[in-house]
Amino acid sequence: MSPPRVGFVGAAGALIARDLRLALRRSGDSLQPLGFFLVVSTLFPLALDPQLSLLRDVAPAALWVGALLSSLLALDLLFREDAQDGTLEQLALCGLPFQGLLLAKTAVHWLLTGLPLVLIAPLAATALGAPYEAMPGILAALLLGSLALSLIGAVGAGLTMSLKRNGSLLALLVLPLAAPVLIFGARATALAIAGESLAGPLYLLGAIAVLAATLVPWALAAAVRIGLE
Amino acid sequence: MAWVWFHRFGSPPYFYRVAGLLAPWFAWPAALLCAAGLVGGLGLAPADYQQGDGFRIIYVHAPAAWLSLMVYVVMASSAAVGLIWRMTVAYAVAASCAAIGASFTALALATGMLWGRPMWGTYWEWDPRLTSELLLLFLYLGYMGLRNAIDDIGRADRASAVLATVGVVNVPIIHYSVIWWNSLHQAPSVMRFGQPTMPAAMLVPLLLMLAGFTAYFVALLLTRARGELLRRERNARWIADALGVATGKGSAC
Amino acid sequence: MLKFLLMGGYARYVWPCYGLTALVVGLNIHWARAALRAAQAEARRRMASLKAAS
Repeated sequence: MSPPRVGFVGAAGALIARDLRLALRRSGDSLQPLGFFLVVSTLFPLALDPQLSLLRDVAPAALWVGALLSSLLALDLLFREDAQDGTLEQLALCGLPFQGLLLAKTAVHWLLTGLPLVLIAPLAATALGAPYEAMPGILAALLLGSLALSLIGAVGAGLTMSLKRNGSLLALLVLPLAAPVLIFGARATALAIAGESLAGPLYLLGAIAVLAATLVPWALAAAVRIGLE
Repeated sequence: MAWVWFHRFGSPPYFYRVAGLLAPWFAWPAALLCAAGLVGGLGLAPADYQQGDGFRIIYVHAPAAWLSLMVYVVMASSAAVGLIWRMTVAYAVAASCAAIGASFTALALATGMLWGRPMWGTYWEWDPRLTSELLLLFLYLGYMGLRNAIDDIGRADRASAVLATVGVVNVPIIHYSVIWWNSLHQAPSVMRFGQPTMPAAMLVPLLLMLAGFTAYFVALLLTRARGELLRRERNARWIADALGVATGKGSAC
Repeated sequence: MLKFLLMGGYARYVWPCYGLTALVVGLNIHWARAALRAAQAEARRRMASLKAAS
């Protein structure tokens, strides 16, 4: 097999550009999870008595459950189309590190679905009664958490990509694995809202994100290869 | 030396035969160990200072919880072995673990709740151990669900192996995060005993039960794995000999 | 004997636990043996049809 003419960096760059272009063409797809996040976050106050103090206690839970469910929803976008039209197969066969290419795809996916969620979170947080001073902490926690969720979720998406549309199986696979992210993220947010230092859970969240970034590419490559058979 | 043993066990006909021979050698000792443990735990051990006779639930709850965790590790390790070395026997072992592990996780939860009711006053408390067990049950269900959803047995093996490997890395993280989370709530430590350390009369039956359940699991595993192996080896020639089909000779299962 | 059955008042928690355990233990034994028997029967059928085809 002749050596690839384009290096890995070139290929990854081209892949990222292509994914971004495709996504921007169908911006509705990427915006849906965002809308979902806002709806879920606003549903919590509707379900509760809108007294501000109680709302503030629920805010971490509402934000993180919303983020978790929204990322689950967004995972469908990650591999399904490319698996169907043969792009993933080409990527697997082209001779370049498959792990790296899949990581690039996941990074774009996070840029399109995770990052907007992080940026719009202060809006939802304010609606839930979080004070202005809590915002940096909330942003930091959600930044790290959404990265971890995208990575962990990608493995689930890779495993289920060849199955018929079955969102509940994906949720069953991903949610137990995402539980630590939920625990530390919600705790960090609660500390931020209370005005206390959230260094502890934030570092743990960061550790999980780093661990995921290191281990997920290998699991992802294995999962996608199996799915392509 | 260990590699020779490893490769021998990896051979399907060898595993099929030896597993069939070994299973009773784990099953009967398991029964004896559990019988001894029950006699000791239900009869001979004194009642606990704080929990009275209610603590005796530990003699079934602890083995169930131990099994739930150990089986997951066995499942994930053999799945990983299957993935790395492409060993059918390893996949057969992994597949055999799922139902056993899930049912004992559910049992650990049920007995934990029944133990909690008189001790805490409610059936459920977000105690770190119970919460971890619950998440472990979800991991098992996810594994079984993924297997179920994929029709081709080889692909199901490989995909679920990836899932199990990712899951096993997560188990200590989940466990630690739940303990950390729970420590914030200052929940009363459940299942602690009145005495500072467990006296021998209480401890020995517990160890007997743990050993007995472990041997019981090995016997179950060997039995199930043989069947799983047959399903995966399809039309391999050794099956005819092993089952005594071609020659007409019956062989003891 | 009665003291044993009553379990110091905790009987309605202790005995269901043991009962459930016996159930799960027994079910697993049954499942394992039934699965093996089914796999063996299916394998015999496959071997027989292979032999018939040859």
